[in-house]
Amino acid sequence: MESLLFLIPLSLVVLGLAVWLLFWAVNSGQYDDIDREGEEILFDDDPAPAAADSAKEARRDDP
Amino acid sequence: MNSRPEIALDCYHCGLPVPAGADFVVAIDGAPRAMCCPGCQAVASAIVDGGLDRFYRYRGALSPTPPAAATESLASYDLPEVQRDFVRAAPDGSHSAELLVSGITCSACAWLIEHHLARVPGVEAVSVNASTHRCLLRWRPEAVAPSRLLAAFEAIGYEARPAGDEGAERKRGREAKLFLLRLGVAGLGMMQAGHAAIGLYAGAYTGIDPEWEALLRWVSLVTVTPVVLFSAQPFFAAAWRSLRARHLVMDVPVALAVALAFVASAWATVTHSGEVYYDSVSMFVFLLLLGRYLEMRVRHRNEHYSASLARLIPPVATRLDPGGEQAVAVKSLLPGDLIRVASGATIPCDGVVEAGQGAVIEAVLTGEQNPVVKGPGSAVSAGTVNGDNPLRIRVASTGQHTRLGAILDLVASAQGEKPRIATQADRVASGFVAAVLVVSVAVAAIWWWIDPARALWVTLSVLVVTCPCALSLATPTALTVASAELRRRGFLIRRGHVLETLAVVDRCVFDKTGTLTLGAMGVSGVLPLADLAPEELLALAAALERGSSHPIARAFAGVPAVPPVEDQASVLGQGVAGTVAGRRLAFGTPEFAAGRFGFPAPAVPAGAGLPLLLADEGGPLGWIVLEDTLRPGAADAIRQLEAAGVAVELLSGDRPAAAAAMADRLAIRQWRGGASPEDKLAHIRRRQGEGHRVLMVGDGINDVPVLSGADVSVAMGDAVDVTRLHADSLLVSGNLDTLAAAVVLARRTRAIIRQNLGWALLYNLLALPLAAAGMIPPWVAAIGMSLSSLLVVVNALRLGRRGGGR
Repeated sequence: MESLLFLIPLSLVVLGLAVWLLFWAVNSGQYDDIDREGEEILFDDDPAPAAADSAKEARRDDP
Repeated sequence: MNSRPEIALDCYHCGLPVPAGADFVVAIDGAPRAMCCPGCQAVASAIVDGGLDRFYRYRGALSPTPPAAATESLASYDLPEVQRDFVRAAPDGSHSAELLVSGITCSACAWLIEHHLARVPGVEAVSVNASTHRCLLRWRPEAVAPSRLLAAFEAIGYEARPAGDEGAERKRGREAKLFLLRLGVAGLGMMQAGHAAIGLYAGAYTGIDPEWEALLRWVSLVTVTPVVLFSAQPFFAAAWRSLRARHLVMDVPVALAVALAFVASAWATVTHSGEVYYDSVSMFVFLLLLGRYLEMRVRHRNEHYSASLARLIPPVATRLDPGGEQAVAVKSLLPGDLIRVASGATIPCDGVVEAGQGAVIEAVLTGEQNPVVKGPGSAVSAGTVNGDNPLRIRVASTGQHTRLGAILDLVASAQGEKPRIATQADRVASGFVAAVLVVSVAVAAIWWWIDPARALWVTLSVLVVTCPCALSLATPTALTVASAELRRRGFLIRRGHVLETLAVVDRCVFDKTGTLTLGAMGVSGVLPLADLAPEELLALAAALERGSSHPIARAFAGVPAVPPVEDQASVLGQGVAGTVAGRRLAFGTPEFAAGRFGFPAPAVPAGAGLPLLLADEGGPLGWIVLEDTLRPGAADAIRQLEAAGVAVELLSGDRPAAAAAMADRLAIRQWRGGASPEDKLAHIRRRQGEGHRVLMVGDGINDVPVLSGADVSVAMGDAVDVTRLHADSLLVSGNLDTLAAAVVLARRTRAIIRQNLGWALLYNLLALPLAAAGMIPPWVAAIGMSLSSLLVVVNALRLGRRGGGR
C-alpha cells in the first residue's frame, strides 16, 4: 500500500505533463484543420513539387 | 417541341446528369469519363494535364459544377489600389494574402489546390485549410500577378477571392482553441478524478483508512479545481448573464450544481466530513462542454462561408477625368463623376447612361435573364452587368444609397421581423429550472427540520442527480448529428433554428431562374423550315454567335463542328448577321432576321421559350428555341416534396408567361410571375398570415428579402454572396432532391429530440424522489448521470449515416 504514496503524486506529475502537452498541441496549431490531416497520409506525394514543403512551413508560420 | 434529353449517366466531375448527345469526355486513370458540360471538361482536363488526376481517387465528395463562363474580370485585382486592401508585403519582398476559396468539398480539394498552385511560377508557399476554406498564399510580386493566381484557382474549378474578414476568422480561431483547451482539461481532470473515485467508492464498500481517504480526496480536489475554474467558466458566465437578464436558461442549474457540488466537496475534504462529488462534477463539465463544442464547430463551419458583401460590386471603376481615364476605387466615386463601364463588366454604381448603347442584364435585381436595352438617358443600377458595348455613365449614387443597397436594407428589416420559433430545449429548460430550484429549497427546508446535519448533503444530491446533463445534451447532440448528415449530402445549415423549422414546414416556395433552372440559356428545340437538318441549323447559328459575350451566345457553347464566319455584325437587342461559306445569314428576332433580307416574318411557333429565327437570302431556314435550362432533378424534387406533405409554389420575378410555362412543365399548381422583391415578401407574409410555415428556395439578390422573411430559407450553392449570406441554409450540391430529404431528416431529428427530452425528464422524475429521501449515495448519482447521458448520445447517433447516400 505504501507504494501509493509514490504512485499517486507521480500520477499528478503525469497529469501535469499531459495538460502541458495539450496546451502545446493546441497552441501550435495541431488541431487547426482536423478534417484534413487524417486523410493526408493517404495521398502519396511521389513527384513532390518544390513548394509543397514550404507549404507546411507556411502553415506553422500562420499566426 | 421540347426535345428534353434522356438522362443517361452522371458527370464524373460534378455528378450532375450528362445530357444525351453531350460529348465532353476526358481520359482519367486510363478510362474515358463523361462530363456534363464544357466547364467540367475544362476543369478535368486542367487537372489531368497537370498530372494531378490522382485527385479523383483521393476525393471523398463530388466537385462543384464550375461556372459556365468567367464571372468577372480578374485584372482589377492587380491594381495597386485594390491590392492594398488584401495583400501584405513581407520585409523580404514577397507578398502574401488570405483567400476564401469556394468549392472545397473534402481534403483532396486542399491537396489538389496546393499542388496546382505550387506549380505556378513565382508562388513561394501555399497552404489550404480544408475546414475553414482559407488559403494562405505567398508569392514573388515580380514573378506573378494576383490575377494570374486567382485564375489558377479557376482553372481547376475553384473560386478564390480575398477573404476580407481576417479579423473575424482570427477571432473564431482563438475561440476554437480556447474551447478545445477547456474540453481537454475537463477530460483529463475527469479521468483523474474517476481513478480516485474508484478508490473512494471501493473504500466506502470495504472500509478505508481515514488517511487514505483524505489523500484520495485531496488528489481529486487538486485535479478538479482547474476543471471548475477554467473549463466550466463559460457556464458560470452564461448563468450570470441569464440571471441579469431575468431569464432562466439551462446554464443556471448547471452552474449552480457545479459550484455547489464543488464547494461542498472541497468543504468535506478540508473538514474530513460528508460526501465528495468530484467525479460527478468533472464528468458533468466534460459532457456538457462536448455538446457545446460540437455546436460551436457547426456554427464556425457555417460562418466560414460568409465573406464580405463587397464582392457584389467590383472594387474599381474607370473614371473619365478631363486628363484621361483613371482607375479609381469605387468607394471614392462622387455623384456627378463620369465613368466608363467595359462590356461584360458589372456596373459599380447607380447612374444615368451618358453615351453608348448596350444591353444590360438586370438579373441581380429582377431575376430576368434577358438583357434590357439601355441608351443615353436610361437609368442603370449597381450590380447589374453590362452586355456587349461599353457605356459611359454619370454617377448618381454609390454604396448604401443604390437600389441594391435599398434591397439589402429591406433584408435587414425583414430579418428583424422574422417569426421566431422558440427552441424546444429552451422552453423545457425554463420550466425545469424553476421546478428544480423550488424542489431543492423544499427538500432543504424539510431536511433541516428532520436532521439539520444531513440537510446540506441531501439537497446537494438532489441538485447533482437532477443536474440536467442528459437534458442539455438531448438537443445539441441530435442537431449536430443531423447537421453533419445533411452537410454530407450537400445541404449546409447556417442558422440554429433550421432543423427545428424544417420539421414543421408545410409549404415550399421556389424562385424560378437559377433555382428551378440553371439560370443559363440553352437550346430547347430546333424547328427546320427549309431542307436543313437541325444539326446544320445549330452549327450555322453557333457560327454567327461565335465570339459574342451576349448570354444568348453561351447557349451555343457546346455545339460541335462550327464553321468559320466572316463579316460578323450584331444589332443590339435584335440579332447577329454574317457570312458562312459564302452564304449571307441573319439570326435573331423574327423581325430582324426576316427584315434583313426583306421578306415578312413567319408565324412564331407556340410554346415556351425564346424563339429565334435563322434566315438567308432565300427565306427563313428554321427556328431555334432557347430556354433557361431546367435544373436536373427539379421535377423529382417537387414530387418528393409533395409526397412529404409539403405544398409547392412558384414565385418568380420573370414574366408571368414564363412562370406559367415553367409551372406547367413541372406540374406546379400554384404560381405567380412578375413579382418584385417587395411583392414576393408580401406574398410570403400573406401565406404566413394564413398559418403556413414557409420554406423559400432562391438564388438571386431579388430573392434576398423574401429569403429573410420566410420561416426558413435555402439559397442555391452557386447563388451570389448576398443571397448566401442571408439565407438560413445553403444547398451546396445544387441537387434539389436534397430538400425533401432534409425535411424528412428534420422531422426525424425532432422525433429523436423529443425522445431524448422525454427520457431525460423521466430519469429526473425517477431519481428526484430517491435523492430527496436521502437514498442516493454519490456513486449512484455518478452512474445514473453518465448512463442517462450516454443513452441520449447513442439515440442521437441514430440520425447519422444510415441508409441512402453514397
